[in-house]
Amino acid sequence: MGEQRDARTRPGAGSEAGGTVLRVVARELTAGDVVVLVLADPAGDRLRDWAPGAHVDLVLPGGVVRQYSLCGDRYDPLTYRVAVRREPAGRGGSAHVHDHLAVGDLVGVGGPRNTFPLVPAQEYLFLAGGIGITPLLPMIEQAERLGADWHLAYGGRSRAAMPFLADLPGDPARVSVHARDEGRRLDVAALVAAAGPQARVYCCGPAGMVADAERAAAGRPPGSVRTERFSAAAQAAPVRSDPFEVVLARSGTSVVVDASTTVLQALEGAGARVLSSCGQGLCGTCETAVLEGVPDHRDSVLDDAERAAGDCLLVCVSRACSGRLVLDV
Amino acid sequence: MSTTAPATTTPATTTPAPLPVDDTDAFGEEVLGDPGPFHAALRDAGPVVHLSRYDVYALGRYEQVHAALVDWQAFASGAGVGLSNFRREPPWRPPSLLLETDPPHHDAPRVVLEKVLSPRALRRLREQWAADARDLVDEVLREEEFDAVPAIAEAFPLRVFPDAVGIGTEGREHLLPYGDHLFNAFGPANSLVARGAPRRAEHGAWVDAQCAREALRPGGFGAAIWAAADRGDITPAQAPLVVRSLLSAGVDTTVQGLAALLHAVATHPAQWARLRAEPRLARVAFDEAVRWASPVQLFFRTATGDVRIGGAVVPDGEKIVMFLGAANRDPRRWERPDEFDLGRDPSGHVGFGMGLHQCVGQHVARLEAESVLQALLERVETVELAETPRRHLNNTMRAWASLPLRVRRR
Repeated sequence: MGEQRDARTRPGAGSEAGGTVLRVVARELTAGDVVVLVLADPAGDRLRDWAPGAHVDLVLPGGVVRQYSLCGDRYDPLTYRVAVRREPAGRGGSAHVHDHLAVGDLVGVGGPRNTFPLVPAQEYLFLAGGIGITPLLPMIEQAERLGADWHLAYGGRSRAAMPFLADLPGDPARVSVHARDEGRRLDVAALVAAAGPQARVYCCGPAGMVADAERAAAGRPPGSVRTERFSAAAQAAPVRSDPFEVVLARSGTSVVVDASTTVLQALEGAGARVLSSCGQGLCGTCETAVLEGVPDHRDSVLDDAERAAGDCLLVCVSRACSGRLVLDV
Repeated sequence: MSTTAPATTTPATTTPAPLPVDDTDAFGEEVLGDPGPFHAALRDAGPVVHLSRYDVYALGRYEQVHAALVDWQAFASGAGVGLSNFRREPPWRPPSLLLETDPPHHDAPRVVLEKVLSPRALRRLREQWAADARDLVDEVLREEEFDAVPAIAEAFPLRVFPDAVGIGTEGREHLLPYGDHLFNAFGPANSLVARGAPRRAEHGAWVDAQCAREALRPGGFGAAIWAAADRGDITPAQAPLVVRSLLSAGVDTTVQGLAALLHAVATHPAQWARLRAEPRLARVAFDEAVRWASPVQLFFRTATGDVRIGGAVVPDGEKIVMFLGAANRDPRRWERPDEFDLGRDPSGHVGFGMGLHQCVGQHVARLEAESVLQALLERVETVELAETPRRHLNNTMRAWASLPLRVRRR
């Protein structure tokens, strides 16, 4: 999702919201009306590890949360890079990033999570439409590092509107540019059909392009065509940045969690003994059953279906959408 | 290594601090039998110490061990996580796709195995394992005195884990000696390795045969790994090696984790009484036992560049040994570290490692331990040592050969 996914309103959410907060350390406007942000921990600590295809949630002031693919260097543990295209028809998330978010500002971050992982293969075909190039950039770097055979077909309105084009290799055997104003249509069906049977196809772009890739997947081995859409799975409910109540079902006590504490800390403060390990939403040790209420998942562990089920919470990083959360503690 | 500058190759711009040197044989019988004094000396000598006997760099303090574990960019696993440096000599077996690889090769197998062994995937086993544990404890408690190593610590994992993986019932006696040799082989080629060598090929061949698709029962972890290969999440060539990781790392470790827990409660009657009063502390009890005993004592990494650690520089390509057992008893991190104490929060211990390579089977180990401990708590009033327990020496595991217990049944 190089582009914002479906706008998800989270009234009241802002950079003061609990959870991980990172600082904007660099900001650059690039082709295609895209702002590239570099984020780092305010204390200079390592960020959570990620792999190509991963995205983070940005918790933006003005009450919106958006997902953006990580498009930087995973070998740099200190920064994340995301690219945000201005969406004139959007609900304010990208406009906020473009118009207000400045170097030095803090921004809430969830994840990273990876619903678009790069699987091992000798041959890759990457299909990008516009800002859909972003998750593919680290994939291309990885394919290159692995010595795999790869090709990128990159489509857009015009070369000037295609972000990161200048960063890609000029070798036409590697990268083919399909700019509509040059009359070079990106024929997804034909490219997928021409790909070798062992090739793994990764497509990220507008809905029509992704649908074309999914249609072209018919008849190919399962899992050989993988896509990422710009529209997000529906979020269960808006989240909150104001304090919420956590009820410890087994003891019947309750505790208020404000922006300055984690649910784990609050539970410990209430005398509960919840085991944790990594403290970063990575290992799953602190998973706790949710009996009532709606979780706000900020971890890197649960997949979309597990998140939607809403029956558990990684209390070291995750929070609440509802005003009250009853945990099996 | 500073966590603020974990860049893979921090250049040595200033003169490196002099490096403390220790010529102790870290894999000699004296240290393996009682590593505590050596660990304390290591921690006190400095953040990094040169072990001259093996020409490797050693970390004993929690801060540096934790930092090295999470910094995969600077501390590589791909050149082996034992003493042997794969940059300089070939590995004795095809390297593990989990333990002995770095990103990007590590990514896909790890994602697959994490899912197969996730807490949610294990929920379906919880009731069955609780029942299995009760059955086993009922059998064992026909006697008031028994050796808990074979009777419980070995018996329970061997009863439930191979079934969960989905391998056949024939030949499971290969699993423990295979694992024992594997963990010895992370150390130097000493007498412990020599002792396992004659039957290494035999055990290895049996284990390899269990990793084939047709050897694995539907519904098990092994079949789930092959299903991931069918989905293209890993390659068909990777699938058997991922199954092998389960069989290599999933048996001896849990056996010795359980043995450590049983030893801990048998020697700490007040903690047992506390557990009896608060059985929900079972999960905390196991992790505290893993912290206190550190069944897996150490792993190695390889410097990917000149790495600065606490003012000293470890040169590119050199081996670094992280003493997990020393870090888990570091008084700089833990209050009264030598006490097994259910009142403490053991969260953050490095007994399962930390970071990208953190034990992918930790949730399996916890469920096994919780099952056994709950079954014992239901049936046992008091537990104590019946005789002096006996260590089993291994180059990387802190293990018990024999743990004679005496119990009073409820």
